[in-house]
Amino acid sequence: MSASNVALAEWPNTLPIYLDNQSSTPLDPRVLEAMLPYFTEHFGNPHSESHVYGRNAMATIETARGEVARLIGADSREIVFTSGATEANNLALKGAAHFARAHPSAGSKVRDHLIALTTEHKCVLESTVALQREGFTATYLPVEPNGLVDLDRLAAAITDRTLLVSVMAAHNEIGVIQPLAEIGALCRSRGVLFHTDAAQAFGKIPLDVEAMRLDLMSISGHKIYGPKGVGALYIRRRPRVRLLPLIDGGGQERGLRSGTLPTPLCIGLGRAAALAGAEMAEEARRLRELRDRLYANLRRRVPDLQLNGDLDHRLPGNINVSFPRVTASALIQACPSVAMSTGSACTSASVEPSYVLRALGLSDDRANASIRLGLGRFTTAAEADFAVDAIAAAVSRVQNAGGIPTSG
Amino acid sequence: MNRRETYLDWNATAPLRPEAAAAITAALGHCGNPSSVHRWGRAARRMVEQAREAVAALVGGDPEGVVFVSGGTEANHLALLGGGRERVLVSAVEHSSVLQAVPTAERVVVGADGIVDLVRFEEQLVCDPRPALVSVMLANNETGVIEPVAEIGAIAHRHGALFHCDAVQAAGKIPIDVAEIGADLVSLSAHKLGGPPGIGALIVRGPAELTPMIRGGGQERGRRAGSENLPGIAGFDAAAAAAANGLSGYDRIRELRDGLETSLLATAPEAIVIGAAAPRLPNTTAIALLTISAETQVIALDLDGVMVSAGAACSSGKVGPSHVLEAMGLGAEIAGSTIRVSLGWSTTEADIDHFLMVWTAMYRRIGARGTAARAA
Repeated sequence: MSASNVALAEWPNTLPIYLDNQSSTPLDPRVLEAMLPYFTEHFGNPHSESHVYGRNAMATIETARGEVARLIGADSREIVFTSGATEANNLALKGAAHFARAHPSAGSKVRDHLIALTTEHKCVLESTVALQREGFTATYLPVEPNGLVDLDRLAAAITDRTLLVSVMAAHNEIGVIQPLAEIGALCRSRGVLFHTDAAQAFGKIPLDVEAMRLDLMSISGHKIYGPKGVGALYIRRRPRVRLLPLIDGGGQERGLRSGTLPTPLCIGLGRAAALAGAEMAEEARRLRELRDRLYANLRRRVPDLQLNGDLDHRLPGNINVSFPRVTASALIQACPSVAMSTGSACTSASVEPSYVLRALGLSDDRANASIRLGLGRFTTAAEADFAVDAIAAAVSRVQNAGGIPTSG
Repeated sequence: MNRRETYLDWNATAPLRPEAAAAITAALGHCGNPSSVHRWGRAARRMVEQAREAVAALVGGDPEGVVFVSGGTEANHLALLGGGRERVLVSAVEHSSVLQAVPTAERVVVGADGIVDLVRFEEQLVCDPRPALVSVMLANNETGVIEPVAEIGAIAHRHGALFHCDAVQAAGKIPIDVAEIGADLVSLSAHKLGGPPGIGALIVRGPAELTPMIRGGGQERGRRAGSENLPGIAGFDAAAAAAANGLSGYDRIRELRDGLETSLLATAPEAIVIGAAAPRLPNTTAIALLTISAETQVIALDLDGVMVSAGAACSSGKVGPSHVLEAMGLGAEIAGSTIRVSLGWSTTEADIDHFLMVWTAMYRRIGARGTAARAA
């Protein structure tokens, strides 16, 4: 039996306890149920208009597109499916920049300046850096010590050449929720496009593209108990936001994203969005209580625990804390019964301190002593309590060993 | 009423192989992010690395060279845009995802049989000294015609060019050895060989440097960012292994395809099998019947439960004749009346009989009348 099958047999609610829900979430069984028939019996290529298998697949995809749109108050024609939030972020930034360069509006100023927070996800920052190499300019805006954007500072950074502002809706490492409606109003009043990376926020907190004046929003499937390998980009139609595609070819997704649509994955994203919408308020309440209890218990057990990021403007299931006199990597090794991380999964294998925590003003030492705990839909109170015990014990062991991890 | 349904559009997408379905179901229950260091993450990482081996083995490549992407279209883009060559040459019969990746690419002409003219290709390649990238598909998705890719690769390398081969349609249908082909970059798609949609790979051989198209968390060794599509990769793994094992089954499929063509031509001697003189994939036939438009044919067949297509799925909703048939010098009349019938490993003789019955009825109802009218 392969490693994957072993993991499946034990999953979920077994050791190690999964507290890494910002990295990826387990698939909701109801999503799985919706997807499976479209892997097997309904396998038609949705772009095969010549036969019933293809047309049925496309009809189901359109229903899923509607579910995604509904959750953010958008029209389904404003949703483009992608392979995930990373691609959506790349498409949003590069697509908008490339369109602006290819189609300068007559008589008006060149728009070649982008603004992003220093704490944005790597895929946003890497995209803006790539655009800088192409001749665009970028401003990387510092955040407050609590992780929130300073709106006055943002307003001051916008120039008459600014094309787009990109601010993450809810942060993947520190869970901080930015004031999207205020940022949106500011961007709209200055004629600047507003993009948000909502990979962590979509399905977890209320988002409304009208109220928040959003022009572009990146969405992920596997962060909301949906499948990996699928995401979406919301692209405003009125007033119309124009992009050049990253991936061209068969002309699928109204020319904005070519390639055969993965029917089961699109359906999974749609179902996950519908479930998130229906259960958001109750789930948020439960996760907030669970998170607050975990945080309170942990603080009681580990004196001098320090919180990273604002507690009030925060995803309900997220906590990010710095432990005294330990390193995060030593703690993770000393606590194999809890699956947790130092930060973003994509960079968690690296030894560099989190650039996000550094941007909050944390010292390298404190950043290196920080752990992200992400609770999710399937986390139980018993698991949260067990995790506190296991982490607190591991902290003592590492501290007593002088910061050197004990084996096992 | 339980009407018979016959799926003969395997080049658009293949049904999921049972092995792939099992692997996907298992992986869907697994939540780890392969980049996470904890146990769930490490188990996910092992699945990804194991899949790299199966996918590489299908085409005789090196696992380290496998870059997982979202599908064949993205693989083609990454190859052409990431290959780092200013000058790009593509054959005129390439998939639209190659043609659109670099719209300014120089076109390499094909003959009436759909095969790249090697002499003209070499002349074209040497007339400009800039380092180039050449992209020619292994087998065409619409006609099944197999290109002389080993020769094309040798010519490309002789003149310092990189060679990209889109093997999306060929993989799993004919044996492929990337070393023999001499391709530096090879595109693969899982759902064409019985894996899930939404996953593909670009195989990078040798030292070819790749500039990433999708940037971010540094996954796939910096060549393609984004959390890995674990179920997709697991399904690709199982499908690639099953496809490699199932290659010998294509002798049977070739016989079915040949039998279909023979029977059809016996009924309608005026029908034209496109690329019949060229080496072709064993599962594909493109047939023109000038008296009935392709659109009318596919609708008539669909009404009777037979699923085929009028060309590539992605462009089947568009108006205008196939660029592939046009590049072969076939007129608009032929291009507008050609359907593609593509078979797969579970296609049976009964499927072919059903197709022939329905097709013949359609022909007698509409097509033969056209011939009679024309003859009159």
